[in-house]
Amino acid sequence: MTNSDQRSDEDAIDVQGGYSSGIAVIDPEDSFTDPGIEPHRPRKTDLFPEAEKRSARTVVAWMVLSAIGAVAAIVAYVVFPIDGHDISTVRPNNLFLGLGIALSLLALGIGAVHWARQLMVDEETIDIRHPQRGSEEAQAGALEVLDAANKESGFGRRTLIRRSLIGAAVLTPLPGIVMLRDLAPLATQGGDPAELLRHTMWTAGTRLTRDPDGTPIKASDVQIGSAVHVIPEGLTNETEDWLNKKAKAVVLVVRLEEEDLIEAEEKKSWSYHGIVAYSKICTHVGCPVALVEQHTHHLLCPCHQSTFDVADGAKVIFGPANRALPQLPIAVDDEGYLVAQSDFHEPVGPSFPERAL
Amino acid sequence: MTTTESAPAAAPRTFIGKASNYLEERSGISVAVKEFGRKVFPDHWSFMLGEVALYSFVVLVLSGTFLTLFFQPSMAEVEYHGSYAPLSGMHMSAAYASTLHISFEVRGGLLMRQVHHWAALMFVAAAGLHMLRIFFTGAFRKPRELNWVVGFTLFVLGMAAGFTGYSLPDDLLSGNGLRIIDGVLKAIPIVGTWLSFLMFGGEFPGSVIISRLYMAHIMLIPALIIAMIGLHLLMVVLHKHTQYPGPGRTNNNVVGYPLLPVYAGKAGGFFFIVFGVLVAIGSLVTINPIWAYGPYDPSPVSAGTQPDWYIGPVDGALRLVPPHIESVIFGWTFSWNILIPSLIFGIVLISVAIYPFVEAWVTGDRREHHVLDRPRNAPTRTAIGAALMTAYSVMWAAASGDLMATHFHVDVFLVTHVLQVLLFVGPVVAYFITKRICLGLQKKDREIVLHGIESGEIVRLASGEYVEVHKPIDEYERWRLVDFTSYAPIERTHPNADGKITFGSRMRAALSRWFYEDRISPVKPSELTSGHEQPESLPDN
Repeated sequence: MTNSDQRSDEDAIDVQGGYSSGIAVIDPEDSFTDPGIEPHRPRKTDLFPEAEKRSARTVVAWMVLSAIGAVAAIVAYVVFPIDGHDISTVRPNNLFLGLGIALSLLALGIGAVHWARQLMVDEETIDIRHPQRGSEEAQAGALEVLDAANKESGFGRRTLIRRSLIGAAVLTPLPGIVMLRDLAPLATQGGDPAELLRHTMWTAGTRLTRDPDGTPIKASDVQIGSAVHVIPEGLTNETEDWLNKKAKAVVLVVRLEEEDLIEAEEKKSWSYHGIVAYSKICTHVGCPVALVEQHTHHLLCPCHQSTFDVADGAKVIFGPANRALPQLPIAVDDEGYLVAQSDFHEPVGPSFPERAL
Repeated sequence: MTTTESAPAAAPRTFIGKASNYLEERSGISVAVKEFGRKVFPDHWSFMLGEVALYSFVVLVLSGTFLTLFFQPSMAEVEYHGSYAPLSGMHMSAAYASTLHISFEVRGGLLMRQVHHWAALMFVAAAGLHMLRIFFTGAFRKPRELNWVVGFTLFVLGMAAGFTGYSLPDDLLSGNGLRIIDGVLKAIPIVGTWLSFLMFGGEFPGSVIISRLYMAHIMLIPALIIAMIGLHLLMVVLHKHTQYPGPGRTNNNVVGYPLLPVYAGKAGGFFFIVFGVLVAIGSLVTINPIWAYGPYDPSPVSAGTQPDWYIGPVDGALRLVPPHIESVIFGWTFSWNILIPSLIFGIVLISVAIYPFVEAWVTGDRREHHVLDRPRNAPTRTAIGAALMTAYSVMWAAASGDLMATHFHVDVFLVTHVLQVLLFVGPVVAYFITKRICLGLQKKDREIVLHGIESGEIVRLASGEYVEVHKPIDEYERWRLVDFTSYAPIERTHPNADGKITFGSRMRAALSRWFYEDRISPVKPSELTSGHEQPESLPDN
């Protein structure tokens, strides 16, 4: 490269086009001059024909390896079939098919890069930049076009047309937005959202049953310190919208020593001999609070580490949750099985705007 | 490819000649080949980060297309009778069952699933690193501010594509992820409940969310990503690539290798390398074993649940909130415990998006910048970047707070408290340390230019004094160290035409002091000659 290709600071005005340099410190009198591009350093392959030949052979070897990889992948596809009765056959199929394809791709890529780096001419070349804004003529030309379009259409002059057009253009997309309303069912079909969130499947007398097999729970079977994952009786995958119902109705039953329980006066009748039932849905963002620490009576939400104290009304002792887990009032029926006294007295799960309305 | 003259007289004879002539007469493609065929691309390893993201996206489209041939985006309930015995007879959604089918019965199905998942992780990671490269080298400066915004949009779209895809198999882990989305939506003031119902088609989880996410994942978001990538690359062509400072590299030129053949060879080969690495990982390393999690059920959850890495900071921010911040105003519930972390994450994102405009306003520099900054030469910017990265990383670490607690046998509450403090202290500390390191490196650069490199040779002078010989650097090396723009803070604000000092100008002056008060300017020739220890041979220019 000769020095005539280089741009010095005075030429920089071309691209910089007289723009303000702001608070940049510029001192053309006292700054170094660009020495220009360094002389090209020849590679081994430029200097020694043997090195060049060796590189060429290396590239060919990579290409051959790539072809071998592709064939190997197809062979692997056939010779390592998946046997529907033997799950372990998935592993060799996945492994050898994948490695064959990977070899084919990698070798092709490495070969191509090797070719470009070792054998193609590596003299740096120069492109000249132009200011990003168009030339004066181009800008004048564009203005002329827009001007002509404006004159010929009367867009600027005919204000009534223009305004009515804008008005129409604003309204036209609205039906498309309104039509999104039915993404959620109508209140007449599914009920008012906030109202739906206030109720669960639990009613007075509903038996507490084990999740997921649905067997009822005798109060006498609940050991002190144990925790039982509970769903309402009759909730099976045959139930309509069973996941929706389950997402609100899951409960955790824990039995503590009666003297360990701290109970609010109005909730004293909600437990049965130290057995308490709390909603399992975290009041933060709704993960199941499924981890029980037996000796501390703490419930831990594995998603965001909200921690609730079962012995003390399941109130929040750590983590981002705001409210205690809602308690399900329970009792026992004639046969000694645990039953609900009623539904929850407050909405379960994460807060929502209408929650306290 | 040979391009032939379109003159009918010189009829081509070879097959390639005839074929290109056929194409030429129907497209005039020679114009494009002539214009762009030798387009120059500068070479630097850090320029490959964006390429990795682009190529990962191509791999995503290819592997994703394969998966759509077998996947059923339906929540219809089926009883499983496939080859994975542990789940035999269980009720699950068709989406989950078909994902098991892809994994265990379609040859290469598991491979494509794993390649797809790894490619998604790689796409967001490469895009993120590419953004950091752009940020720390100042490549977002005029005329590239708009392309920065396009790139930022691509990063956000990448996260959205990742999350929607992650949820599709309808497994226990991703179902809990959707449960969290439901909770976050419900926290939006006034309209939250409705937004959740609109998204899930009624109560959570409902029966439509998978098919809706599927539409977003395979059509809406990819279409937006492709459009944005097109715009992104179009602007790269319009602007021509930036280059690192160096001898012969100026704002008026671009020095590098031509598209044909060198850049095409390297970049084309690199695509296959990225693809090959992703397939190799997909064949060797299990990811997202949905069969181990089981189908979605709102009741169970496993300990140590983790989102994919790029969702980590959002999830981590949610975990760092202390208890009991929620209020009821006029009967409406406001869940600050969700709104505040969302807001903090949003502020981090927005400040990333608008940074180029802020810096341009502070410097008042309206010139185009095509030569990159070395990060040390923009100490305050680099420090701001480090602070933002620290805030992001703390939120990210918080998403694994429970795992840190179990792995290192420390109290999970303690981990959370430490991270809560770090979220505010960490960025400040990172800011000052980074800035000092940058200024130190700049001083070292000055030292080298003024005094040369310590050679390790000790000589004894006639007077008996021992000195170390400093070797002067050559003019190319020197140019690398002195070619950068230095900005000086606005010392005094001047009244405008009305004789007022506006709030804006005060603000700008204050910001400029914050940015450029601690400043080290490049060495000037006059400093070299003014009594400093003189390098022996000054190359003449």
